Order: sequence, then C-alpha cells, then structure tokens
Amino acid sequence: MTTNANSANQNALARYKNNFLKEVEANVEDGHMVKMCMQCGVCAGSCPLGPAWQHSPQKIFMMIRAGKREEVLGSDSMWMCTSCYNCIVRCPRQLPITHIMHGLANYAHRLDLAPKGQPTREIAKLFWDNLVKTGRVNELKFSLAMYFKDGFGQGVKNAMAMQATGLGLLKAKRLNPMELVGGHKCKDIGGFRKMVAKAREIEDRRRGLA
Amino acid sequence: MAKKQYAFYPGCSSQKGATASNFLTSLDVVVQKLDLQLNEIPDWNCCGASIGYAEGGELPRLVINARNLAIAEKELPGQDMVSGCPACWLATRETHERLAEHANLLAETNVALKEAGLNLNNTVRARHMTEVLIEDIGWDAMKAPVVKPLDHLKIAGYVGCQTNRPFGIAGESFENPKYLDKMIETVGAEAVKYDQKVTCCGGALAFSEPDKSQKQIRDIVEAAYDGGADLIVTPCQLCQANVEVYQSEINKKHGTKLNMPVVYYTQLMSIAYGGTAQQAGLDGQVIKADKLAAIAKK
Repeated sequence: MTTNANSANQNALARYKNNFLKEVEANVEDGHMVKMCMQCGVCAGSCPLGPAWQHSPQKIFMMIRAGKREEVLGSDSMWMCTSCYNCIVRCPRQLPITHIMHGLANYAHRLDLAPKGQPTREIAKLFWDNLVKTGRVNELKFSLAMYFKDGFGQGVKNAMAMQATGLGLLKAKRLNPMELVGGHKCKDIGGFRKMVAKAREIEDRRRGLA
Repeated sequence: MAKKQYAFYPGCSSQKGATASNFLTSLDVVVQKLDLQLNEIPDWNCCGASIGYAEGGELPRLVINARNLAIAEKELPGQDMVSGCPACWLATRETHERLAEHANLLAETNVALKEAGLNLNNTVRARHMTEVLIEDIGWDAMKAPVVKPLDHLKIAGYVGCQTNRPFGIAGESFENPKYLDKMIETVGAEAVKYDQKVTCCGGALAFSEPDKSQKQIRDIVEAAYDGGADLIVTPCQLCQANVEVYQSEINKKHGTKLNMPVVYYTQLMSIAYGGTAQQAGLDGQVIKADKLAAIAKK
C-alpha cells in the first residue's frame, strides 16, 4: 500500500469509526442511494457476469449496511461490471447501481484496498493514464501496454497469441502502426492535463484523499 | 432546403486508422443523402469510455466530458451535439444531466474548466446518431434515398447495451427495442428473430476477462445463426469490434466455425443509398460481408 493511500485509509477509519454506510455515502459516487436497496435481487439476476463475482450488488449493499468494510472494498465484484446498465434500468427502487459499483471500485482502488493484480483494475488504470497523456485514447499503445503489463516475456506471448486478430485489423486498416510514434491527440494537451489535475485535486480534497 | 447542423463528436475509435474508422467512412454517404451537416467539435477529447471511472473518479470524468460540451457551446452555438459512438454519447449525456441537477458539481466543473480557458453554461443537448435519424429525419425520409434495396438479405439486429441503456431511444423498451429492426426493414432487408438483441458483449472486459466476454460473444453470434441471419448489424463501435474480431479466438478455443459478418447500420444505409463497397467501409471488415458487398456491385 502506498503511503498516501495508507494515510487516507487511516483517516477514513478514524473519521467514520464503524459507520461504513456513512463513509460510503460521503465518499462514493451516488453512495447516498445504497440505503434505498430493498434486497429484491433483480440486479443479481440481471448481470451478464453474474456467475463470475464473489458478491452480487444486492449482497454488496447489505454488506455496506452491515459495516463489512474490508470485505466490500476488497471484493472483486465491482471489477466485473461491464457497464451494460441492465441493473440500473431494472431496479424497482431506481438505484443507480452501475454508478455505485463504479464508485465503489474507484474508492477501493484509491485506498489501495481493491484486489491486487485484478485484471480490470489494471487495464482501467492503463486506459485512464493513456487518455490523460494525449487527451485521446491511443488504441495501439493501450493494447501493447495491456499485453506487456506482466513483463516482457509474458507480453511477447500475449502479443503472439493475439497476432491473427491484430493482423486482421491491420489489413482492414483499423490498426495503424504509426500510432506508436505519433498518433491522434488534443492540441491543447497542456490545458487538458491541468484541467484534469484540478478536477482530481478538488475531488480528493472533498473525499479526504488529498 | 438548408442542411441540418450538428456539433459532431466522432470519438477516439472512429478516428483514421482506429478500430471503428469504417463507421465514419460509411457515415459520409448517409450524411450527404440525408442533408445533414456534421461540424466536428474543434480539439475534442476522449469521453473516458466505460472503464474511465476506476482511476478517473467522478469529477475528472465529468470534467473531460464538460470540456467537449463547453467547446461545442462556444464554437458551434445553438447546435445539438451528436455522436455515433454509444459510449461517447452516454458519457456526454450523463454529464449534461448530472451537471444540470447538481449546481455544486457544475460550479466545481467550471473551476477545473478554467484551467483550460473554458466555461460551461450547460446548454448543449447530447444525442446519438440513431436518435437524430429517427427523430429529426424520420422513417419516410430515411427510406427515400434507397436505390438498391437489400432484398433477400437476412439480418440480426444487435442493439447491445449502451445505445439502449440507461437512456435509449425515446419510446423504445429496454428489453425489446424495435428501432434497429425497423431500420433493417427500411433499407429493404429482413430482420430475423433474434433473442440476443440486447445482450452484453462484455464491453471493455473483452480485454481483461477474455473468457467471460467470449462466452457472451459466442451466444450473440450463435443466436444470429439460429435466426438464419446472413449478418449482424449494430449501432455500437465496441459491440462491432468485440463480436467480429473475437470469433476467430472462439473458434480456436472451442472448435466452432463462427464466421458471421458484423456491420454498422450506416454501412447498410450506405449500400442501399447507392454507395460503393468502399464508400460503405466494407474493406474494413475482418470477416467479409460478401452478400452486402455483392449488392453494391449490382
């Protein structure tokens, strides 16, 4: 755990004591809606990755109310969200479940309590870092960063395994090798980065993460 | 008649040499025939897509979308923003609505936007290209330019997730939206019975959880075969890429023989409106859409 994440975590523990629901309400996107869940389970039955996660959204919401802080923030469930929005449109109490799951993932990630090496957590970070660099996503650099995230040897293996797919896209002119050296970007990249940094600073201050 | 003007947000995947560049190619013919004018938002940036939340959090994500809205508001006043990509549209519309509901978030957003010399009054409506076609152009006008009806072509209309949820097209149901089938019929083809119409392809998790996503993709493709489809059509850039390019991976792992072309609705329209295979971006298919290309040659 990084020093920053660790001290943010200690601060949160001291501030909210054993009231994890209050902590979620204050620091997680749309967290104030968690208490509206009536435990019907429609979300659990609607998720395309339902069989894959440790806890359904329904369970996560009950665990939050029961103060299961470590179990919730360390769960892999939020990282299985494909952003399909099935749960949102079906929830009879109109909880913005997708947003809450995204918010919990973000909070767990920032406190560094999310599962280490969780693949979606890793690619999500690579994706954001990639877009902040130029203002636009560089698909080629993003793909290569993903293949090589576990070291060079594994990266070569990953890239070889996906070679046919890559060549197919290359032939169809949907993958441009020149993106590696230059590529698409925002002209006002300086302003873009300053703006993102300011937004993060404001949000971190509000959530005690600064 | 004066052309209808829109502030156009192409999005990262539609740029030249990117995975959905053939979408943009095929859109050209559609735009010309329907008298639309798409004015690209100057210096637009990425919307954060569906996995931006993990590192980006809430405010930075709202702010990057607010930047596009602010530039559109200033440089292309009075125009609705339109995007062809459901992720771009969803993120921008969500930003517009959330900032309209929460004055404090709009104030914080403007503090951040100031760093890039911008300010947002939040007056721009964010719309999806299919919405513009259905609501502003209408079914009759969409049918009028058809010179090569896609006769005898059987098509599975795969709507996917983000064009359909959480916002969707006004008046359509989340569980069984009908507009894509109607678009297929408007260009003269047959919309087959298709029970995976709104199933998730795995989205960005196609990268991080390949096996779980490929299970979804296999269901989506096999249901199209079950319905007797010649090809799948979709309004979503990520659906298109995932469902098309991973068929070979699924075949390799499971011994299946999936080889189902996946195209955009704009490619159907482009061919039906008399465009060439190249104008319809069909040279951009990894799995060739031969039956569609053959109609262009007639």
